[in-house]
Amino acid sequence: MSVFINKDTKVIVQGITGKTALFHTKQMLEYGTKIVGGTSPGKGGTEVEGVPVFNTVSEAVKATGANASVIYVPAPFAADAIIEAVDAELDLVICITEHIPVLDMVKVKRYMEGKKTRLVGPNCPGVITADECKIGIMPGYIHKKGHVGVVSRSGTLTYEAVHQLTQAGIGQTTAVGIGGDPVNGTNFIDVLKAFNEDPETYAVIMIGEIGGTAEEEAAQWIKANMTKPVVGFIGGRTAPPGKRMGHAGAIISGGKGTADEKIRVMNECGIQVADTPSVIGETLINVLKEKGLYEKCKTH
Amino acid sequence: MNIHEYQGKELLRKYGVSVPDGKVAFTVDEAVQAAKELNSNVVVVKAQIHAGGRGKAGGVKIAKNLDEVRTYAGELLGKTLVTHQTGPEGKEVKRLLIEKGCDIKKEYYIGIVLDRATSRVTLMASSEGGMEIEEVAEKTPEKIFKETIDPLIGLAPFQARRIAFNIGIPKELVNQAVKFMTGLYTVFVEKDCSIAEINPLVITGDGKVMALDAKLNFDSNALYRHPDILEYRDLDEEDPKEIEASKYDLSYIKLNGNIGCMVNGAGLAMATMDIIKYYGGEPANFLDVGGGATAEKVTEAFKIILSDNNVKGIFVNIFGGIMKCDVIATGVVEAAKQIGLSVPLVVRLEGTNVELGKNILHESGLNIVPAESMADGAQKIVELVGK
Repeated sequence: MSVFINKDTKVIVQGITGKTALFHTKQMLEYGTKIVGGTSPGKGGTEVEGVPVFNTVSEAVKATGANASVIYVPAPFAADAIIEAVDAELDLVICITEHIPVLDMVKVKRYMEGKKTRLVGPNCPGVITADECKIGIMPGYIHKKGHVGVVSRSGTLTYEAVHQLTQAGIGQTTAVGIGGDPVNGTNFIDVLKAFNEDPETYAVIMIGEIGGTAEEEAAQWIKANMTKPVVGFIGGRTAPPGKRMGHAGAIISGGKGTADEKIRVMNECGIQVADTPSVIGETLINVLKEKGLYEKCKTH
Repeated sequence: MNIHEYQGKELLRKYGVSVPDGKVAFTVDEAVQAAKELNSNVVVVKAQIHAGGRGKAGGVKIAKNLDEVRTYAGELLGKTLVTHQTGPEGKEVKRLLIEKGCDIKKEYYIGIVLDRATSRVTLMASSEGGMEIEEVAEKTPEKIFKETIDPLIGLAPFQARRIAFNIGIPKELVNQAVKFMTGLYTVFVEKDCSIAEINPLVITGDGKVMALDAKLNFDSNALYRHPDILEYRDLDEEDPKEIEASKYDLSYIKLNGNIGCMVNGAGLAMATMDIIKYYGGEPANFLDVGGGATAEKVTEAFKIILSDNNVKGIFVNIFGGIMKCDVIATGVVEAAKQIGLSVPLVVRLEGTNVELGKNILHESGLNIVPAESMADGAQKIVELVGK
């Protein structure tokens, strides 16, 4: 089992003829992801990497039976691409695109109310279920099938954590990058809920960073609902206030959204937080041992 | 992106949001001329810098005649203002806003921001004008009123009315206040603001609702569709190294330490600063070279890091996922050779082709200290710089 995606997920790539999209389409196909089609307005009827290209998402869905899409279109057109995917009633849309104007996302979120589609991202590395399906831009080979779920606002920190786990012989179910923007589709709690319900996931790593209060809300939710151990890491303890640290959402404003406050609330809610990113894996392993889950999580 | 108060007021005026008459001045003579044109008994001379707290720092003067305008303008232009938002180094005043004085009866606060928890734009208001909203939120949260705005409807008149009544705008001025708020919201959405804060909003003796100050910030991701806003950018208000970095699509923020960092990915870049601090060092910057770290980008990143004279060592921390470590190692070696690196350099590479990458670093003949992990790298650079 896994969350959000598995070996049966059929994916279309929106904006498939762009340079980045083509590169990652190839990588996803190599990983074994079922890429069944792509869209590129005006290039319908052609083929790239052996994948049929369509003019519109609805056409692509009709022809291929796709239930998920991944978006690589440039920021000025990305909000429209998400709306198009929601309109086509896909189950899952993963938006990799960075730098989408935030008010575009405010409208997108409003449009999505009451619709069936789940949006992951934008400005995220995507979602991967080890050995089954990779949708996004993460390096596939660092992942190993197993029982730990990972959810994160940062791409490279996810890789860091996953790599540490794999090196230590601890595999993962699914790794979900929820993205670094202030308005996103799927939040920590959505992913935690899914991990909580997934019988194959025994423990979770949650990686947050400065800005907003999503980590605090997630910590409260964990305290009240989570039946599985969660360990955390928060980036940006040394970040100065008022500065956007690369991610649009990573900013301490009006004294709110500091790493120290997040760590304090997480600790209060019983979540162990790694002191440095170097020991995220180690922190989890210690907790697994405490809870008697280590042997079950260790892949031999 | 931030803009100056006078620019914000210029924009507000276009949207029918009332602001006092005023003009920008770059010299003392321009200031006096502007004051003459205002034809007012009282003129306010306001320093224009991208930071709040100007009043308390002595950046706002009330002049009763043209001689006083001349004196104050002379004092303020070229002066370095230190406010709680500028940092101890302060900011030099290069522009003044010369504004018609007004008879203030009462001050309020109005702000429009994005509320991340609801993913909606929120209008916030309080009767405590002139005070910082964070302070009001802490001391008297019951005095802050909020309206969450549906992006499909926009700010509904009833919401603006409710706010006006809640903060105690006199009933004969409520309609004016509603018009004010509606205009402010229109600017916010049409120009992709990230903050539109009016503190204080005032009502005057002659029954007007006006923005006495205006703080407008804009979503930098949306500037591509607002060339008019981009023209307001004042490069004097930005760190030259940050401007240089943005030309190469590098995300760089200067800090006060002495260990330069070069990292791929924003999250990892933040965490790298943190781990340097954890092992007793001080990061000199945040720098995200992005996913596709080419030799050219790495070279530019080195140049920018080294243009900070405080830098006594550099820690390169790369997780090569899609980007292969040997390519990155080649980039680092080329860049280090080209620049003639004179400070210690610790490189931690992890990911695809990591052994190839490490060999390239080792065989370069350069004094590059390899690190086995982030923790190892951080400890090594802290030790090398500490020597």
